[in-house]
Amino acid sequence: MIGLPRDPVFKVKINGYNRELTMKVTKTTLMASALAAVAGGAMAQEMTIVSWGGAYSKSQLKAYHEPYSEKTGITILNDDSSNEAVAKLRAMNEAGNITWDVVDVVASDAIRLCDEGLAMEIDHDAMLEPAPDGTPASEDFGELIVSDCYIPSIVYSTTFGYRTDLVGDTPPTEICAVFDLETYPGKRSLEKRPINNMEWALLCDGVAKDDVYDVLATPEGQDQALAKLDTIKDSVVWWSAGADTPQLLADGEVIMGSTYNGRLFSVIEEQNQPVAMLWDAQVFDIDGWIIPAGLDDERKQRALDYLKFATDTQRLADQAKYISYGPARASSAPLVGQHADLGIDMAPHMPTDPENAKNTFLYNYEFWADYRDDIDAKFQAWLAQ
Amino acid sequence: MTDATQSGPMLAADGTPLKKSLARSLRRRKLRALALVAPLLLFVMLSFVIPIVSMLLRSVENSIVAETLPLTVVELKNWDAEGGELPDEALYAAFTKDMVAAVEAKTHTRLGTRLNYEQTGMSSMFRKSGRKIKRLDPESDAPFKEKLIEIHDGWGDVETWRTIKTHAVPITNGYFLNAVDMRRTPEGAQAQPEDKQILIKLFGRTLFMSLIITGSCILLAYPVSYLLATLPMRVSNLLMILVLLPFWTSLLVRTSAWKVMLQQQGVINETLVWLGLVADDARLVIINNQFGTIIAMTHILLPFMILPMYSVMQTIPPSYTRAAKSMGATNWTTFWRIYFPQSIPGIGAGSILVFILAIGYYITPEIVGGTKGVFISNRIAYHISSSLNWGLAAALGTILLAVVLLLYWCYDKIVGIDNVKLG
Repeated sequence: MIGLPRDPVFKVKINGYNRELTMKVTKTTLMASALAAVAGGAMAQEMTIVSWGGAYSKSQLKAYHEPYSEKTGITILNDDSSNEAVAKLRAMNEAGNITWDVVDVVASDAIRLCDEGLAMEIDHDAMLEPAPDGTPASEDFGELIVSDCYIPSIVYSTTFGYRTDLVGDTPPTEICAVFDLETYPGKRSLEKRPINNMEWALLCDGVAKDDVYDVLATPEGQDQALAKLDTIKDSVVWWSAGADTPQLLADGEVIMGSTYNGRLFSVIEEQNQPVAMLWDAQVFDIDGWIIPAGLDDERKQRALDYLKFATDTQRLADQAKYISYGPARASSAPLVGQHADLGIDMAPHMPTDPENAKNTFLYNYEFWADYRDDIDAKFQAWLAQ
Repeated sequence: MTDATQSGPMLAADGTPLKKSLARSLRRRKLRALALVAPLLLFVMLSFVIPIVSMLLRSVENSIVAETLPLTVVELKNWDAEGGELPDEALYAAFTKDMVAAVEAKTHTRLGTRLNYEQTGMSSMFRKSGRKIKRLDPESDAPFKEKLIEIHDGWGDVETWRTIKTHAVPITNGYFLNAVDMRRTPEGAQAQPEDKQILIKLFGRTLFMSLIITGSCILLAYPVSYLLATLPMRVSNLLMILVLLPFWTSLLVRTSAWKVMLQQQGVINETLVWLGLVADDARLVIINNQFGTIIAMTHILLPFMILPMYSVMQTIPPSYTRAAKSMGATNWTTFWRIYFPQSIPGIGAGSILVFILAIGYYITPEIVGGTKGVFISNRIAYHISSSLNWGLAAALGTILLAVVLLLYWCYDKIVGIDNVKLG
């Protein structure tokens, strides 16, 4: 809203109100209506899009925002609040003033927003572009549409990176290296929450992949996972921000650590650190868009128009030029090309690449929606011991 | 004035009783004073009092169950939770009716989230069942008991209905019980299972570490403030800038700088290894634990201790210490009997500031505290922004507020709040 007083709409409206003013109208209401006029006038030209910031927002800016602004003349304002989007949307909803138009959230947050009635339901086939060959959007996205309110845009994974110079002659090839302190002594970084860590622990404690969530649903299974994590607890640095592990790896503080695959890509390819990926047992997760519930019709239409553009087959493939996350549409995969600056092929760096995706997990949204509070309390109590 | 009232009414120049006239003019003055402070008062009300009161209310407010399932809650009153028998058809019919309306208004999933805090699995049960119950007709599809149990076997579990009944009250103590590692059950308040007890421990740790941080701030700030107050103006101004410079730097920058200093491949460890004081494979662990939090927070909060101490010490006349010395007191006696007692109000003010700030800190512990150096405020932040259990976060915040007020009261009783000076 910077620079609005110079907006011609603003002046015209103010003059209009001035002429109609009677003595009864107090200054306050004048100001309120002037503000409303400003807001109304400005919003025809602007929309606020919420995302994660950093390299990720930059990739969206290049692939979606800039072409869209060029096409329509709408100014896009970025707000890097995605990590607290659910809490903020809830507060906005309670205050009855929603200032965001489109919000980028991970799938589990989208499910919660949908559950709380804070996100609008989407009719994927009616509102989004079909694939170039005519496949309807809902089929093109397939099972990645994990909530009625959600438009997926990328598939990312949480996986491990390791220091190639610190692991000796036998670089790790499978996930259980994380729990193997004898072969790979040194610190490892794990996220300070139970999600993913519990699954990896069970997997390396001999639980079959298909049984992991059944086991984890029982108190005994949770204890088993924590007991496995106990074996490496003293060698773990716990992270809470996605940038922590890349930094810890670059500093040599840890010899391996989990983080998002795009972060590792930038450490390896853009910053040329002696780090390599361990794709084994990577956990797929989805990032994408929601539209807050309760927008007026005009803003809703604008948000939908933007999303129709930003989630078509070509645009999703374009984003992969700037960051190594896989496009959510099946039809985008063949269009993924080279990195915009480095000129390297992006396909082998995608988590969805067949070579990398030999052994994968898909984040179990339903399970964690139910068990998150329960297991988190246990996990935090275990951490504090 | 007392004499005047006792010896009959005294009249003002215009003939009204002096008392009345005085009261009138006082009232006018009070109104004017009120008008002057009104903007501030309004600001404090809007930005401080109202949010705190609304937070206090949130920690007990629980109308969601009765609002989403009004008919069910009425029926549940007649159901015997202790009997171990499933409720009868009337309750299932009422529940279906409520759910159909709730699914229409999309509030059933919100209720599921709320009840999931109490019983794991409720969230998906409400979400899954919602889709199917929507298709039932509350009038013609009776009876419902079998149908609901077929939709999700959770509806055939006595425990489900006991949970709903227990939490159907509009005002609950459930969040406060959770905040002290207990829970609300049909049999009354009970302790949480041992492997989920964490909050009391965190409260204790927060208080203990805040005390240590306050103590180390006192030790470090006292000599610095003394120097600031006694050195010549030119030197002390320079020192003052050194104190204030970090104060003006972003909190995150300072905390991250400590990370660079303290980590195992960091500046301190590298220097010690280079000097040969520490073996390369036995580097000190001074970050991601309580030690890291104490160091970083002591540094960050130090100016809050130095500034009040300095301004109090500045007012201590140097002639007192000179007088003591001239009468034969040793340096130590002079300091301990003359100077120190006069500087106590500064220590008191600084300690209160630092302690209260420390107790509510969460960014610094989150970054350098690892797992054993985090505070209760990190849990509050988690429940506000991640788990969205705002009721529990509010209860934790309320307890923290009460603890601070209690400590303030104790301080007043022991040291005396009149003994606190900011200069």
